[in-house]
Amino acid sequence: MANQNSSPPIQLFESRRKVFPQKIDGTFRRLKWLVMIIALGVYYTLPWLRWDRGPNAPDQAVLLDLEAKRFYFFFIELWPNEIYFVTGLMIAGAVSLFLINALFGRVWCGYACPQTVWTDLFVHIERLVEGDRNKQIRNDRSAWSINKITKKFVKHSAWILVAILTGGAWVFYFADAPTLFWDLVTGQASYIAYIWIGLLTCTTYLLGGIAREQVCTYMCPWPRIQAAMTDEDALNVTYRYDRGEPRGAHKKGTSWDNRGDCVDCNLCVSVCPMGIDIRNGTQLECIHCALCIDACSSIMDKIGRPTGLIAYDTEANIERRINKEQTGWRPLRPRVLVYAAVLAVVFIAMGSAYFSRKSLDLAVQRDRNPNFVVLSDGSIRNGYTIKVSNKTLEDQHYFLTLEGLSGHGFSEVGSQDNDIEAIHLVVPGNELLSTRVYVAAPSSNVKSHSMPISFVLTEQWGGPKYRVNDFFKGPDL
Amino acid sequence: MSDKDKPVIDEYSGVETTGHDWDGIQELNNPLPRWWLWSFYACILWAIVYWIFMPSWPLVQDYTRGALGYSQRTVVTNQLAALAEARADLGKKLLANEPEKIVHDKGLLEFAYAAGKTAFADNCAGCHGSGAGGAKGYPNLNDDDWLWGGSLEAIETSIRFGIRATHEETRFSDMPAFGVDELLEKEEISTLVTYLQGLSGQPITEPEVLEAGKLLFADNCASCHGDDAKGNREQGAPNLTDAIWLFGKDKKTIYETVHTGREGMMPAWDGRLDPVTIRALAVFIHTRGGGE
Ligand code: SF4
Ligand code: SF4
Repeated sequence: MANQNSSPPIQLFESRRKVFPQKIDGTFRRLKWLVMIIALGVYYTLPWLRWDRGPNAPDQAVLLDLEAKRFYFFFIELWPNEIYFVTGLMIAGAVSLFLINALFGRVWCGYACPQTVWTDLFVHIERLVEGDRNKQIRNDRSAWSINKITKKFVKHSAWILVAILTGGAWVFYFADAPTLFWDLVTGQASYIAYIWIGLLTCTTYLLGGIAREQVCTYMCPWPRIQAAMTDEDALNVTYRYDRGEPRGAHKKGTSWDNRGDCVDCNLCVSVCPMGIDIRNGTQLECIHCALCIDACSSIMDKIGRPTGLIAYDTEANIERRINKEQTGWRPLRPRVLVYAAVLAVVFIAMGSAYFSRKSLDLAVQRDRNPNFVVLSDGSIRNGYTIKVSNKTLEDQHYFLTLEGLSGHGFSEVGSQDNDIEAIHLVVPGNELLSTRVYVAAPSSNVKSHSMPISFVLTEQWGGPKYRVNDFFKGPDL
Repeated sequence: MSDKDKPVIDEYSGVETTGHDWDGIQELNNPLPRWWLWSFYACILWAIVYWIFMPSWPLVQDYTRGALGYSQRTVVTNQLAALAEARADLGKKLLANEPEKIVHDKGLLEFAYAAGKTAFADNCAGCHGSGAGGAKGYPNLNDDDWLWGGSLEAIETSIRFGIRATHEETRFSDMPAFGVDELLEKEEISTLVTYLQGLSGQPITEPEVLEAGKLLFADNCASCHGDDAKGNREQGAPNLTDAIWLFGKDKKTIYETVHTGREGMMPAWDGRLDPVTIRALAVFIHTRGGGE
């Protein structure tokens, strides 16, 4: 931005300034390795974990079975009508992000976001093949040669391999992993699986290898939202300019009086995967990966100054130091408490919804066209569609009866018996049964044009009763 | 370039502005990222390629058809053909099975019900109503009163050949217009109407004419509607003792019926709908609650 001269050439586009992050070791780098190993480890192994659910259900611990419309997560099994759990999970995710942001800034971006994790992995592969920053820059500027082509070829091949494995791991969440793996190897898997692997291969390769920091800067909404939500008490990767300025080269043995600790070595800029200078202050592009902290600390160690010129710190603390006040961190701020409370409410709501969830769902839908039918003997008939979801894994026998209407008779479409008192329903394990029933009653028993009635479902062996209220419609009296 | 066209540089950021000024707010003319511009050009290119290969531009009479000759109409036609083929098996089963079997076979019933439902909405709902609830002169197909029979076969025959339709085998019955054709006097018709109201359990005002009505009924109506007035499905003569009246059970309407006669008409669907659809329709109607 700053290097615009007085009459800049009018340009249609801004070409990307390629970033060659330099390798750095340190506390946060090691932390990032650890997080990467855990994150990728979970991602790759989760579909292979088994979880015994008995003979009528898959034994994959985490499985999104789109065909059977079931989601299995260890002991949890969700049906499509329980999609609100997913909504709850998303709300919880968003609020967690807000909460963590209010406490520690963009730690999600810096350590755990897939974009960061895979970019980090790709950068590492790049370094293994092409060498560190300076070599990469030299290689990039050099004329095309066999050596250069080989290096680029090896690098892109390695990236694509990682990308294929990434996409490959994804599809295992949607089908029985061992079976699908064998099908994929022998070329028998459905073309949809291959398409998904292909798509995720492309996105991983493009986002992690080619687009990299541009995803965070241009595509991701979170930096914008985060910028609006952060405050002066959130811990962010901060250049302590109160201590660093005025910066400048330092000759060994000379005094540190009247100058800042920053020796303007530019290492913090070199290691930055976003290609920015943290010394310009907190900025939208900074994903708070903390690598510049490691970089600067290594320099401070070398020149014998205390580390932490760049550190997790708050805007407020800089103010305090400038005013010679006591520094500190205030985690218990109103917004933190509000986020935590909202998060707790969401989790309690989801937890209680899950644990009070019944193993059976009964839904009744009354025919509305026509509302009722007059039969030839003058009696009144209503039709209902009954849906019973059996969320256990065994077949269940139920009796459906009706309360609130005397002298009624039941008939089920497709069954031989008419005018019976109770309908016997057999619902296979893990399935939804839908059936149409008719209820008829003598007109003298139909006391109003809309009588409240209830359907009662009893488990065959005298188990609990499930009740759904509805209406029985008749002519205006 | 005039002086006015000279780029204005924003002092603070050093970036050129668009030169527009709204109450002192200026818009910076930051260059777009290169990938963005490329995506934009790629989209334009894509649009041109699309015009060449796909139907896109409207013309006065026609439209540009595109090199690939793609048409959604063809796609739908093919899909329908594929669907028909996929269903052929179930359709065959539907035709091959005894009606009793279909109604008690969950799989077949489901298929027939679904197919019948759409066919009903497309072809029958116009007269019988979208819920098959009927209207004055158009039978309610949900109830258990049938002019020509409520078994699957009877329903299917009614659908295939229609009632008073143009088909040779159509069901036909003729309710005389007793008043118009001067077969009965006005007075006699009134007496008959009172008798009929009594038959179907309605309250009547002149019980003294019932005897006369009974005689009139035996002479004029019983040949078709039966001595017990329970109707005759062979001739499509309705049961006059039940609670269901196709045109209405009030005095005036029954008078009108006897006086002028009734000639409801239902088209024959044989040839217009394929046998599988007709069978499915019959099943659908049969399962509306009144099937026998
Ligand atoms: S400025 Fe520092 S924390 Fe921010 S992205 Fe760059 S290296 Fe990471
Ligand atoms: S790494 Fe530290 S000393 Fe070096 S330029 Fe950055 S802030 Fe200054």
